Amino acid sequence: MLVPDDLRYAETHEWIRREGGIATIGITDHAQAELTDIVYVELPQVGAALEAKKAAAVVESVKAASDIYSPVSGEVAEVNPELESNPALVNTDPYGSGWLFKVKLSSPEEVDSLKTAAEYSIQIGG
Amino acid sequence: MMCCLSKHPTYGGKIVSNSTKPVLNQTPLYEEHKKLGAKMIGFGGWNMPVFYSSILDEHQAVRQRVGIFDISHMGQIEVSGPAAKRYLNAVLTNNVERLDITHGQYTLMLNEQGGVIDDLIIYRRHDNDYFLVVNAAKIEEDFAWMRSRLTGEVSLLDRSAFFAALAVQGPRSPDLLLQFGDLPARNQMQELRILGIPVLVARTGYTGEDGFELFYPAAAGGMVWNRLLELGGALGANPCGLGARDTLRMEVCYPLNGADLSPDRTPLEAGLGLFVDLQKPEFVGRGPLLKQKESGLKQRLVALKADGKSPPLRAHYGVFVGDKRVGELTSGTQSPSIGIGIGLGYLDVSFAHPGQKVEIDVRGRRFDATVEKKPLYKKRC
Repeated sequence: MLVPDDLRYAETHEWIRREGGIATIGITDHAQAELTDIVYVELPQVGAALEAKKAAAVVESVKAASDIYSPVSGEVAEVNPELESNPALVNTDPYGSGWLFKVKLSSPEEVDSLKTAAEYSIQIGG
Repeated sequence: MMCCLSKHPTYGGKIVSNSTKPVLNQTPLYEEHKKLGAKMIGFGGWNMPVFYSSILDEHQAVRQRVGIFDISHMGQIEVSGPAAKRYLNAVLTNNVERLDITHGQYTLMLNEQGGVIDDLIIYRRHDNDYFLVVNAAKIEEDFAWMRSRLTGEVSLLDRSAFFAALAVQGPRSPDLLLQFGDLPARNQMQELRILGIPVLVARTGYTGEDGFELFYPAAAGGMVWNRLLELGGALGANPCGLGARDTLRMEVCYPLNGADLSPDRTPLEAGLGLFVDLQKPEFVGRGPLLKQKESGLKQRLVALKADGKSPPLRAHYGVFVGDKRVGELTSGTQSPSIGIGIGLGYLDVSFAHPGQKVEIDVRGRRFDATVEKKPLYKKRC
């Protein structure tokens, strides 16, 4: 399973990429492989206030609906518009075109408490 | 993430790992599933493959070519003896009298209130020998119920541990099995040999495709499975898990016991009246069914299809007409064949007819849907 070094990870299998005050969030390769067959993604409203570790989106595979938790607090700055017509991008490119949403960080230090790639790799048994 | 929102996932259950004692049974094919990299889930007390590569791919394999499923979790009960027919007619809803030797019949076992204990297929093997294939989660309950009702010269045997079972389903399934001999006709059963192993082959299934269900000694589990996958390679055969089994059966509106059928619902409410012979003088549950027929049904199990793009439908979603809640889904998914949300659910009878427009509540948002004729998916001829 792919676990890029330059990202941080939540125990609940989301990744986060911080660029200044904005963070991009998606689900990990491990998570998409566990789900497979993602057929629907429900994203938050742009402008919505998110709280760290609270449900922010829903990813649905053929089998089941899964909550996606925002690893950080802040305001939704952007959501991935491609996922409405092509939710399978989350399966095929989880760290790239399958990103879910961007957050304007209200507590940037929250990012530092997330797992490193090495720590997350251990969690998933890689 | 990884938290199931649907309170009743159709094949839900916890994945067991690092457990000190096994809480899930393993089929004779468990090692084969592991070798193939299957993702396993708990279902009906069994640790079963939910998919090998992808539910969508496995679904298409069955619709277009052939898929091979491990269904060893299902139970087999043998009933024999001079009074077997009479006894079975008293515990099952369909008419065993109408069953010729080698034929099979879909039927139900009801409680005293007319609710469903289990749905099953009964095959007549010989004059006084019957072979029942029951749901995995219900083996013990069915057997105990049947034992409590034994009358006359009847022997009852739970053979579930003896048999491995496979479903070989899809338009190319006859091509795969023809290599072993003549095939039974629809709903019939006959014995073939695969690698010298005696295999009961029934032309039945749970997918809406032509297909077969195979029953053979558990000790030969992996041998037959691997032989079929090997020969099936040339036909584009896939191993298939319970995920595809569930989407396939939903498209053709076959009910799943525990979801669409329950002890609180009668076969009449479930639209299975065809498999209940009320002309029989007596069978468990007959009285309440007659009464229900007379007073009229309150709800009926219908097939629903979303009108447009929506999240996949799931069990327990509410169904509305205007402000009125008219029912609830008992199964749902996104149909891999038609790419749209589909489901089964019980609706108040005044709304339970094809063409009825409804709304389905998905996490507080309403999506338009229509009650459809069953099945939801039909093969193009």
